[in-house]
Amino acid sequence: MSAAEQALATGDAVPLSLKGPAPKRVVAGYGFWLFLLSDIVIFAALFAAYAVLSGETAGGPTAADLFDKRHVLIETACLLASSVTCGFGSLAVQSGDRTSTYFWMMITFILGVTFLSLEVSEFGHMLMIGAGPSRSAFLSAFFTLVGTHGLHVTLGLCWLIVMLLQVTTLGFQPMVGRRFFCFGLFWHALDIVWIGVFTIVYLGAHL
Amino acid sequence: MSTEIEAQGVAPGVNLQTHGKRRSYLVGLGYAVVLTLASFWASSTDVIYPPGVPILLGVLAIAQMGIHLVFFLHISSAPDQTNNILALAFGVFVVGLLVFGSMIIMAHLNHNMMPMDKLIQMQR
Repeated sequence: MSAAEQALATGDAVPLSLKGPAPKRVVAGYGFWLFLLSDIVIFAALFAAYAVLSGETAGGPTAADLFDKRHVLIETACLLASSVTCGFGSLAVQSGDRTSTYFWMMITFILGVTFLSLEVSEFGHMLMIGAGPSRSAFLSAFFTLVGTHGLHVTLGLCWLIVMLLQVTTLGFQPMVGRRFFCFGLFWHALDIVWIGVFTIVYLGAHL
Repeated sequence: MSTEIEAQGVAPGVNLQTHGKRRSYLVGLGYAVVLTLASFWASSTDVIYPPGVPILLGVLAIAQMGIHLVFFLHISSAPDQTNNILALAFGVFVVGLLVFGSMIIMAHLNHNMMPMDKLIQMQR
C-alpha cells in the first residue's frame, strides 16, 4: 500500500493534492468572485478619471451646483435595502422555499427599479438644464462612472428576471442554485461600488 | 457533505452555519445604516474641523465596504477562505495602484505644466 492509498484509507489525513477538484459550487463561486474583482478594477479606473477631472468644469455647473444630497440618500437606502432582501432571497433559494424566494426577490427587483428610476430622473434633469456629458470633462467623467454603475444595475435586474423564470421552469436544480448564488454576489458587489460613488461623487461635491 | 466542502475551501458568500444567517444580514444592515447616516451627517455638519472631513468620509466608506464584505458577502479570515482573501488582496492592490497612481501622476503633470498664457507668449 502506497503512502497515498494509506492516507486515503485513514480518511481525515488526506492531503489537499489527493482530494480531486473542489465541488462545482465552490469553483463557480470562486470564478465569479474573480470576475467581480476585475469588474471593481474597471470601476477603479473610472473613479481615478473622476477624481482627476472633477474640478474641470469648463465654466459649466460644478458638482456642488448639481447634486442633491437627499435624493442620493434615498437612492442609497433603496440599494442597501435591496442588498439585504437579496440576502434573504438567497437563503430562501438555499432552503428550496419557492414562495419566499419569489417574495424576497420581487422586493429586491422593485427596490432596484426604484433606484434606477431615481437615477434616470436625475440624469434626465441634468440633460434638460444643459449639464449633459458633453458639457465639460467633469460631467463626462460623472456620466461615465455613475452611468456604468447604473448599467450594471440594469443588467442585474435583467439577470434577476431570468433567474425567477428559471425557478419557475427548472425548479431548484443545482445549476439554478449556483446561478442565483452568483447573482447574489453580483448584487452585493454593486452595493459596495455604490458606497464609493456616493462618498466620492455626491458627498465629496459639498466639501 | 459540509465537512467535505470545508476541507476544500469555500466560495465567497457560502455560510456554512445553519443558524444565524438571517441575523448576519440584519446585523450588517444595522452597521451599514449607521455608517451611511454618519457619512451624510459628516459631510453637512459644522462641528468637525473642515479639512478633516474628507479623511473621515474615507474612513467611514472603507469601514462600510468592510461591513458589506463580512456580513453580506461572508468573506472571513477562516483558513478555508484563503483563496478568496488572496484574490481580494490583489484586487485591492490593483485598485489602489490605479486610483492613487493616476492622481499622483496627474497632479504632478499639472504642477509642472506651463501656464497657458506663457505658452501662448512663447509661440509668438
